[in-house]
Amino acid sequence: MEIIGKLQKQFIDFIKALYHEGFLDDQFLQLKLQDESSPDFVFEVVTLFFEDSEKIINNLAATLQQQVVDFKQVDSHVHQFKGSSSSVGAQRVTNACIAFRNFCEQKNLEGCVQCLQHVKHEYFLVKNKLETLLRLEQQILAAGGTIPVLS
Amino acid sequence: MGSLLRMNRLLSSIVDSCNCIIDPQLPADDLLMKYQYISDFFIALAYFSIPVELIYFVKKSAVFPYRWVLVQFGAFIVLCGATHLINLWTFNMHTRNVAIVMTTAKVLTALVSCITALMLVHIIPDLLSVKTRELFLKKKAAQLDREMGIIRTQEETGRHVRMLTHEIRSTLDRHTILKTTLVELGRTLALEECALWMPTRTGVELQLSYTLRHQNPVGLTVPIQLPVINQVFSTNRAVQISPNSPVAKLRPTGKYMPGEVVAVRVPLLHLSNFQINDWPELSTKRYALMVLMLPSDSARQWHVHELELVEVVADQVAVALSHAAILEESMRARDLLMEQNVALDLARREAEMAVRARNDFLAVMNHEMRTPMHAIIALSSLLQETDLTPEQRLMVETILKSSNLLATLINDVLDLSRLEDGSLQLDIVTFNLHALFGEVLNLIKPIASVKKLFVTLSLSADLPEYVIGDEQRLMQILINVVGNAVKFSKEGSVSISAFVAKSDSLRDPRAPEFFAVASENHFYLRVQVKDTGIGINPQDIPNLFSKFTQSQALASTNSGGTGLGLAISKRFVNLMEGHIWIESEGLGKGSTAIFIIKLDIPGRSNESKLPFVAKLPANHMQMTFQGLKVLVMDDNGVSRMVTKGLLTHLGCDVTTVGSRDECLRVVTQEHKVVFMDVSMPGIDCYEVAVLIHERFGKRHGRPLIVALTGNTDRVTKENCMRVGMDGVILKPVSVDKMRSVLSELLEHGVVLES
Repeated sequence: MEIIGKLQKQFIDFIKALYHEGFLDDQFLQLKLQDESSPDFVFEVVTLFFEDSEKIINNLAATLQQQVVDFKQVDSHVHQFKGSSSSVGAQRVTNACIAFRNFCEQKNLEGCVQCLQHVKHEYFLVKNKLETLLRLEQQILAAGGTIPVLS
Repeated sequence: MGSLLRMNRLLSSIVDSCNCIIDPQLPADDLLMKYQYISDFFIALAYFSIPVELIYFVKKSAVFPYRWVLVQFGAFIVLCGATHLINLWTFNMHTRNVAIVMTTAKVLTALVSCITALMLVHIIPDLLSVKTRELFLKKKAAQLDREMGIIRTQEETGRHVRMLTHEIRSTLDRHTILKTTLVELGRTLALEECALWMPTRTGVELQLSYTLRHQNPVGLTVPIQLPVINQVFSTNRAVQISPNSPVAKLRPTGKYMPGEVVAVRVPLLHLSNFQINDWPELSTKRYALMVLMLPSDSARQWHVHELELVEVVADQVAVALSHAAILEESMRARDLLMEQNVALDLARREAEMAVRARNDFLAVMNHEMRTPMHAIIALSSLLQETDLTPEQRLMVETILKSSNLLATLINDVLDLSRLEDGSLQLDIVTFNLHALFGEVLNLIKPIASVKKLFVTLSLSADLPEYVIGDEQRLMQILINVVGNAVKFSKEGSVSISAFVAKSDSLRDPRAPEFFAVASENHFYLRVQVKDTGIGINPQDIPNLFSKFTQSQALASTNSGGTGLGLAISKRFVNLMEGHIWIESEGLGKGSTAIFIIKLDIPGRSNESKLPFVAKLPANHMQMTFQGLKVLVMDDNGVSRMVTKGLLTHLGCDVTTVGSRDECLRVVTQEHKVVFMDVSMPGIDCYEVAVLIHERFGKRHGRPLIVALTGNTDRVTKENCMRVGMDGVILKPVSVDKMRSVLSELLEHGVVLES
């Protein structure tokens, strides 16, 4: 029991911290609400997000390495990424994508490359956090507890 | 003796036969007889030949009216001839028969002669009159000839005029017109020289502008007030002038003597008085002078028809010049317009660029500025709650106050920009008006009591309790106005009164165009805030509502404001279809701020005007959306899944598609709602909406189309409205939002969100 309580507190604190640090925003909380009706909804969405993002990041890297960079292509990839990250609630990734798009419009190659690094960085950070979160959830469930609902 | 006797008998017979008076004294000689014989013969010959000649010539001539006279005459002559011929036989002894023949011939001759003589009495007058008639006809013919000459000349003149006119009018270029005129006139009239004097800009002189023979006329000028010029200008006829007048002195060298010179005026029509009825008796006073010179060595004179030609040409030139002037004017105006258009276009584009730059800046700054501010304020307030030493606490409080101020400043600036941009829209809710005033009072009371000011609030009895309007912004206005009143009063009182504005009190004498008409669904709230503060100089009152301005007197005090408060309040009041103004009697006499705004009364109005939308209270009936078939179109996998999850959570039966074509393939009438992500780049989602409309028409069962977008700008919204979408929702969508959207959709068939 204590462990469950501790885990749950850890879980809540962790999420709150993520929220305060801007890694996640309200959208994520909205997603969590769906867990009531469809369990594992968040897990599925987040997994899909990871898969999608890896693909997009690889595409971006490839596109930016070409001799003649097609900025429209880059822009459309970034747009996709922005869409997915905002749907999931990965706020910092979304913001990084916004900045990235500006550089795309300016056709600033250096800026784009820098942004890509930044986006990747943010993405891996948030991925890390989300994986930790999911692990925590698993632990709680394994310990027999229920995942606390956030308001 | 015998010969003498014979001579006597002969002589007497001669006398008898021809009644010739012979001097008996003359010796009857053979010679005489011979001469007589010869003469008689010739006479007879002549007499016989004359009729022959007559007949011959008359036969030759076609017209001879008196043929029978001729016959008579012929007979007369023939008989005379015969007589003389027969005479030939009577010189010698002749028989009685010859005598008889002679006598017969003579008798006949006498008869015919007498008849002829009688006839001639009638005929000769006739013949004479024929002569007269002939003379008359000759004269007539000569006259007709002359007239024909004149007509021909006139017709030629007319032809020349037509040709000249054609030449002149065939071009709209002023110089060509004038040059052509001179050339053609010179040719038609075989002129020595032809010149045109135009008035100068000052109108005091005439300048030689065009000549026929000189290629480059020297800039000769003559004063316009010369008597000869006045004479020519005073009539529209061509006037013959002296070759010595200054206008005729076209050649610089003096030894040239010009021939006859004629001058005519050419009216220069001004565009503004080109009246078809007045022409050419116009009020214009500007004339050009055309001078025409005949060759000096031809001794020609100016004929009337030539003068007429010149006058007609002068008139035509005037018309052609005015046309050319009109054309020049309109070309110039058009060029000017084009220039202006280009300049305007450039200015517009620059303005658009500036606006876009500003908007981009704002969009970035909006987020960028608020985030750090948020962090600062949040963390400093968190810090406040920890254990601090008094100095630390003071420092943290200062940080908090300053950052709050900064946050307000940022908000104000951003608000104002959005207000000016026109993109700010009011959040219309139903709220408690009385409670609002109470809250404002509570906020102000602490500050006022510190300054020892009395604050009173009076609400009129007919003021409704619940109203529909923008609660937040009304509070902002009230706080601003009341706050100003408190700020600028060092002592005394501040009184706030609110009542329903009646029609007479709605009129502000300073804003006569502000008409406020109350109706059943809305009323006008009038709020007056009177203070006993430092007052306002009447000169400064117009500037109060301008941004950033503060009067001198205030600048000295620690006002601590942005100077934007009143400007923002004014904008809000205007958005609420109201009016705000400040009255003050002068410095030190206090001031009153008054504003009137429009508020709706709940429960009576059913329509919600765009773009102000009534947000109904959240606890309206919750419909279950169990089994509601919806279609979600989004090309982003994650986003699609999220939306699907959301809708599934609410109980819908969700189908998802990832592309436009798939959407069109899959959509059926069973789908009640189609959620479309319109932020997909490069794909025209609006087209899908149009196609769905076309496919399902206006039938009641067609699926409702709602756009999901991350863009809040007007363009997206307008595009959605344009293609007939039933709603626009801003991502991210919360569960509650989705729920209310669905219920509104199903209840009203449309959802709009500001």
